[in-house]
Amino acid sequence: MTNFKVPVWGYWLMGIGLAAFIGLLIAYIRKNRGFRRPIFASPYVLWIIVFTVIPCLLVAYFSFTDPQGNFTLDNFKTFWDSNYATRQSLGPDALKMYEDMGLSLEDLGLGRSSININTLVFSLWMAFLCTAICLLLGYPAAHIMADREFRLGPTLVILFVVPMWMNFLLRTIALMSLMEDSGLINSILEWVGIGRQKLLNNTAAVQVGMIYNFLPFMVFPIYNVLNKMDYKLSEAAMDLGCDKWHVFYKVTLPLSVPGVVSGITMVFMPAVTTFYISRLLGGGKIQLFGDLIESKFLSTSLNEWNVGSALSLIMMILILLSLGLLNKVDPEGEGGGMV
Amino acid sequence: MKKLVSLLAVLVLGLSMLPMQNAFAAQEVVNLYNWYDYMDETVFDLFEQETGIHVNKMYFTNNEDMMVQVRVSPGAYDLVIPSDYCVERMIAEGMIQEINFDNIPNFANVIPALQTPDYDPDHKYCVPFMWGTLGILYDTTKVEEEVDSWSILWDEKYADEIIMLDSIRDTMGLALKLLGYSMNSLDPQELKAAMDQLIAQKPLAKAYYVDETKDKMAAGDAAIAVMWSGDALYAMELNENLKYVVPMEGSNIWIDTMVIPATAKNKENAEKLIDFLCRPDIAKMNCEYIWYSSPNAAAIELMGEDYTENATINPSQEVIDRCEFFHDIPDYIMTFYTNFWQQVKNAR
Repeated sequence: MTNFKVPVWGYWLMGIGLAAFIGLLIAYIRKNRGFRRPIFASPYVLWIIVFTVIPCLLVAYFSFTDPQGNFTLDNFKTFWDSNYATRQSLGPDALKMYEDMGLSLEDLGLGRSSININTLVFSLWMAFLCTAICLLLGYPAAHIMADREFRLGPTLVILFVVPMWMNFLLRTIALMSLMEDSGLINSILEWVGIGRQKLLNNTAAVQVGMIYNFLPFMVFPIYNVLNKMDYKLSEAAMDLGCDKWHVFYKVTLPLSVPGVVSGITMVFMPAVTTFYISRLLGGGKIQLFGDLIESKFLSTSLNEWNVGSALSLIMMILILLSLGLLNKVDPEGEGGGMV
Repeated sequence: MKKLVSLLAVLVLGLSMLPMQNAFAAQEVVNLYNWYDYMDETVFDLFEQETGIHVNKMYFTNNEDMMVQVRVSPGAYDLVIPSDYCVERMIAEGMIQEINFDNIPNFANVIPALQTPDYDPDHKYCVPFMWGTLGILYDTTKVEEEVDSWSILWDEKYADEIIMLDSIRDTMGLALKLLGYSMNSLDPQELKAAMDQLIAQKPLAKAYYVDETKDKMAAGDAAIAVMWSGDALYAMELNENLKYVVPMEGSNIWIDTMVIPATAKNKENAEKLIDFLCRPDIAKMNCEYIWYSSPNAAAIELMGEDYTENATINPSQEVIDRCEFFHDIPDYIMTFYTNFWQQVKNAR
């Protein structure tokens, strides 16, 4: 925690600013007596500008500049070759000096290295696995919850929602102590006779944490679509001679595609940007792309912020691409997006 | 009339904009910038009772944050408690000023060896507050042999039972020590060798932790951990099977020290507080509160056997001699450190 104290005049300034804003708002409403609608969007627009648009522009600015503020593409070159920035910051003179000493770039550990790309590929793979497993687990769950003949459906919905009232970090930390060597799950395994397993601090543990955290984002979009689906359609299909499997295959499944696409995007996006879950459940040994970006910003080295911004920008482009895909398949937003 | 009212309004507005602290202008203050939870709070009440000087407390959690704050808010702090290698940089950058040791008679209580440390050879700038070492904490129920070397971290017998420290200087440093190099190595080849060692060790590591380590060790979830002496003592309080050792290859010894920023507004009050903190009874209170090693010989005498018999808090001279202070690493070498550390973190 840095120790920043707002000076007294700062409070005055903020107060005056707020008062002016409210005053302007009231004046505007009174002038346009009809309570024109766009005015009500203004707080939201202000919010978006301050906390989304400006930060995004800053990220873009940082990723195309060096620490001195000059335009450069070095940060993106660092994405392809993670030692590029280090070689640049050492400068040709220092590298020449080491070369004269008979040390090659490999001896210095500064040869071409694709750490960043490998990490991104690994993150994409983890996110793909997570999305696939969430779909396999989530679709049947959503289908059962939306089934009218299944009386416990609403109860199941509540059971899915209630854990989300708790912060995801707390839930992940709880998962961590459950999966610990001396934790509850291992105690049960030992009691059953399977014996204690190493559950924590490996890739599988991180995957479990991701699935656990993101499964609701798959279930609810699908549930939304299935729940809104006209029940008469399946009845009609049955009247026309479909058995249960064909009703699902020919009617329900095609109609639920927007929900599935929405669910896939909703899971894939946070999964590919995951960080911290990997630190908690991977014991600091497994680094995802999100962790990589975080470490760039926590580093004390000078140019790391710029490299971190470039990595973030690449990540954002990936997300925008997947959003674009969603809009193509589900232009009406039927999947419901956020729960 | 209207003019008078607006004049008054401006006056009231202007007055209220003056910082609140001016209300206490009569009272002497000292602005202390300290690590979080690092001193017994009653010490400050005693100081105010005896001297009438009020201590304004502000906190930081790591040296890098602190450096930035001291740089960007000149005059805000009168007394700061950085670690050794930061003192070196602060002296070089002119961020701190010389202390008038005539005002600090209790400085005589400081252990002579710590009066002239590497980072302040002429002892002009700083007074030590607490110190400690980096070492190995191990569980005697799981490790039967006598641990005396960093090489145990590379012993495959303990695969998945070793907790490493997620801290760049410390962990790169111990690998350097294992190879017989200095913890302050400036040679890229040595650093690369240290990285290769750590990457080779990684499959054996259960995890890379900082704050979680002490609780995991106390709970018996691992056999061996790399740890600082203070955290080790905390875990040993909770689990009597734990033992702490500073490996024979040598390790890091660190000192947190009291320094006065060049921009301090209340230098004399800061010196009074330093002197007060060096008084044996006060140093004893602080030491018993956080259980790091005290640099205060008179306070150690007061604490008696509780302190002197505890090898973790009171390592022998032989242990201290094989330890090394961290020095400030120049930026262009630090890029090697961060780059290699990143490769260790990324290895699978």
